[in-house]
Amino acid sequence: MGPVGENIPRTDGPAKVTGDALYVDDIRPAGCLYGATVRAKIAHGKLLGITKDPDFDWTDITVVTAEDIPGKNVVYLMTEDQPALVSEIIRHVTEPIALVAAPTRDRALEAAKHIQVETESLPAILDPAVAEGHTTKIFGEDNVFKRITIEKGDIAQDGEVIEGTYRVGHQEQLYIEPQGMLAVPRENGGLTIIGSMQCPFYIDKALASMLPDVDMNVVQATTGGGFGGKEEYPSMIAAHASLLALKTGKPVKLIYRRDEDLRCTTKRHPCTVKIRSMVDSNGKLTMWDAHILVDGGAYNTLTPVVLSRAVLHMTGPYACPNVRLDGVAVATHTPPNGAFRGFGAPQAMFAAERHMDRIARTLGIDPVRFRRMNILRDGDSTATGQVLTDTGAETVLDRCLSAAQSTMPPSQIHPGGGTGKYRRGQGLALVFHGCGFTGNGEAWLKGKVGMVLDGRCVRILTSSTELGQGTETTFCQIAAQELGIDVHRVTVDPHDTEKVPDSGPTVASRTCMVVGGVVQKAARALRAALQAETGSVADFDVLLQSRVSEAELRVQVEYVDDGSMDWDDATYQGDAYPTYGWSACLVDLDVDLDTGEVLYRRFVSATDVGKAIHPVIVEGQIEGGSLQGLGYATREEVVLDAHGCMRNDRLTNYIIPTALDSPEMVTEIVEIPYKGGPFGAKGIGEIPMDGPAPAVAQAIECAVGVVLDQLPMTPERVITAMENQ
Amino acid sequence: MIKFIINGSEVEVDSAPMTRLLDVIREDLRLTGSKEGCGEGECGACTVLIDGMAANSCLIPVAQAQDAEVITVEGLAQDHRLAPIQQAFIDHGAAQCGICTPGFLVTASAFLVDNPHPTRQEVREALAGNLCRCTGYQKIIDAVQDSLSEPGRTRE
Repeated sequence: MGPVGENIPRTDGPAKVTGDALYVDDIRPAGCLYGATVRAKIAHGKLLGITKDPDFDWTDITVVTAEDIPGKNVVYLMTEDQPALVSEIIRHVTEPIALVAAPTRDRALEAAKHIQVETESLPAILDPAVAEGHTTKIFGEDNVFKRITIEKGDIAQDGEVIEGTYRVGHQEQLYIEPQGMLAVPRENGGLTIIGSMQCPFYIDKALASMLPDVDMNVVQATTGGGFGGKEEYPSMIAAHASLLALKTGKPVKLIYRRDEDLRCTTKRHPCTVKIRSMVDSNGKLTMWDAHILVDGGAYNTLTPVVLSRAVLHMTGPYACPNVRLDGVAVATHTPPNGAFRGFGAPQAMFAAERHMDRIARTLGIDPVRFRRMNILRDGDSTATGQVLTDTGAETVLDRCLSAAQSTMPPSQIHPGGGTGKYRRGQGLALVFHGCGFTGNGEAWLKGKVGMVLDGRCVRILTSSTELGQGTETTFCQIAAQELGIDVHRVTVDPHDTEKVPDSGPTVASRTCMVVGGVVQKAARALRAALQAETGSVADFDVLLQSRVSEAELRVQVEYVDDGSMDWDDATYQGDAYPTYGWSACLVDLDVDLDTGEVLYRRFVSATDVGKAIHPVIVEGQIEGGSLQGLGYATREEVVLDAHGCMRNDRLTNYIIPTALDSPEMVTEIVEIPYKGGPFGAKGIGEIPMDGPAPAVAQAIECAVGVVLDQLPMTPERVITAMENQ
Repeated sequence: MIKFIINGSEVEVDSAPMTRLLDVIREDLRLTGSKEGCGEGECGACTVLIDGMAANSCLIPVAQAQDAEVITVEGLAQDHRLAPIQQAFIDHGAAQCGICTPGFLVTASAFLVDNPHPTRQEVREALAGNLCRCTGYQKIIDAVQDSLSEPGRTRE
């Protein structure tokens, strides 16, 4: 027995329920100034000049423009295309142009209004469908960030082709804590950057060429949610706060208001997916030809990687001998899109699942039965030729259906039935999700974890951050279990880039499975170090009780590729992911015949997590991710104006689900251990996002008979489809 | 000067009467447990109790708190012991990122005074003014239903 598998109290619980936890806006160093950002108001154009309103009092205001940048004007991520501040060409409507710092927030906002920006507008490309090869250049020679093609077998088959097109829009992460950074000049020179972030080392790397002579350390403050939205954009805000702090010599805090956060920070990529397919007389898929167009926005950010994950999930969890998956990510003059839980997979699998429904409808087969006829099983190979083992697809499908049956007796369910103005329906989706980085990512990255024996206690040193997903608690459980000590004797050190090693970013459902595995390895190394010191092979805790030395014992280990993955990044062939998570979900809902509104009653899911280190945390991930998926399905729509700027930039008109809008959830945890993960654990963070939207689409079809292939399925779209029926 | 009681202590603040109560609480009184998620009363992260009523402190001018008794998340624990609702949030994993947690705790505290044994639907209705993006609300509702004692009292 040990803490793994037990619902111990979360380590961050007490500070969060008392208000003691300090988020970036709660920290106020003496003499702190407040920053604000002046932005472009056009989608594309030339920056001609920046002037200060001569009638405004500038005595207590500091202004920063691109000219103040000491090094390269670039916030580095995968490429060097995105500047910190526009110096010549404006490429999207909220692009930052100048910064101000003032003694108060209100003064900063007021001053920002008195910076006059002179621009010359140029024709803008807002439609991704026309971006590729357009004479107006945004990125490279052809406005293409990345193109990927995967081929297996031969898609030139005889038979009837079933074809469909599926569209999904932007989605906002909508962490409840808006983004923010604090840059503090250090006494001995350099800067400390403190803020709301997922990836401290991203900021360190992003600013290196911009501030080449500035020593800096980056420290994560308690972070109020990320969901991918705080993967890369924090680097931009950190760059701005740093420039202001360097120029003023004072601490500068730059906290986004909600409307600014909504208009400016990255969103889920809008996509259009076209699928052509064939089935044989036994209902088996014989051909699957899918193309995805991804709108990356004005800068590269992480778009090539999002495209990669989208393409790799475009078949859904189904077997097919002849496959072509093709994707292109293009640039438009819109604010850059970026990481959001699922990272391309929700878009791809909404299309795949809707297409499975289309085929089932065309053939007149029950959609669940049709899925089962084509489901991936052990020994099947994916589109990249990865041969699967420990495949959980059928298990999660069975568990989901049985959980649905036991919690929703068939007598209660009348598809298409209902009284008065409501019609009831159920829908199911089956999804998979590659855990961790694609291909050789981990082998290349070599994520590191340190561990320190400090008296009778153990401290974990990692850059994998706590965002609410339970990293800290989970890591303590893994280390305590491995060392055989009480979990209260294990803590996680603050994530400070000067004090912890780079464990890789907190993304891609990799933290528990991959970095947690390195934590386990670090615990073994610490035990070995203690055994070496004492010359005994007794248990860690036994040795610790009798230890005489008070010297600190410190180990650091890194991820080592075990050679089991065979992946070719050039051809996109081989083992795309070390393992996959599997999930089936079933949604039970009512459609309001008068308004087209969808009302969720119940949501049942079964998800293979490998091993639940902390079942309550795992359930929390599944339930929270599922509700984001249900919001994506019916409510969350980003509306852009003629300049590509988000019009509904408030919580009154970008609608996320409340407690009243959300269904009762039945969450089944399935544990098919993954031998490469700590105690068998797999990634779990993202997969809950994948299934809800297609399940809802199927349920709406069940309830009112309309086929919707576009997200979100807002009341307007549902009622319009019903009227056109 | 505007006088009110906050978490049991009398305070006097020298703020413009239309200053948001949230700013006075966070910036002047340095009680940073109440959070700003939207600034327009949609998210509920800034919820405080004013004479026992839950209110969005981002929408309340400080003048309106004159002579009132204000309770923030910092005032829920008594004598260094967590209130039952706080303990229930920990036990049920109802706090994930934690940014919405103070608002939920304060809202739930007021609600449970009036309705100590709510149904799940009643809890959903009571919490509909507080947004959470992490939990899907399931664990929060579990926690509120499980917190059967009055707020501000320690468990016997």
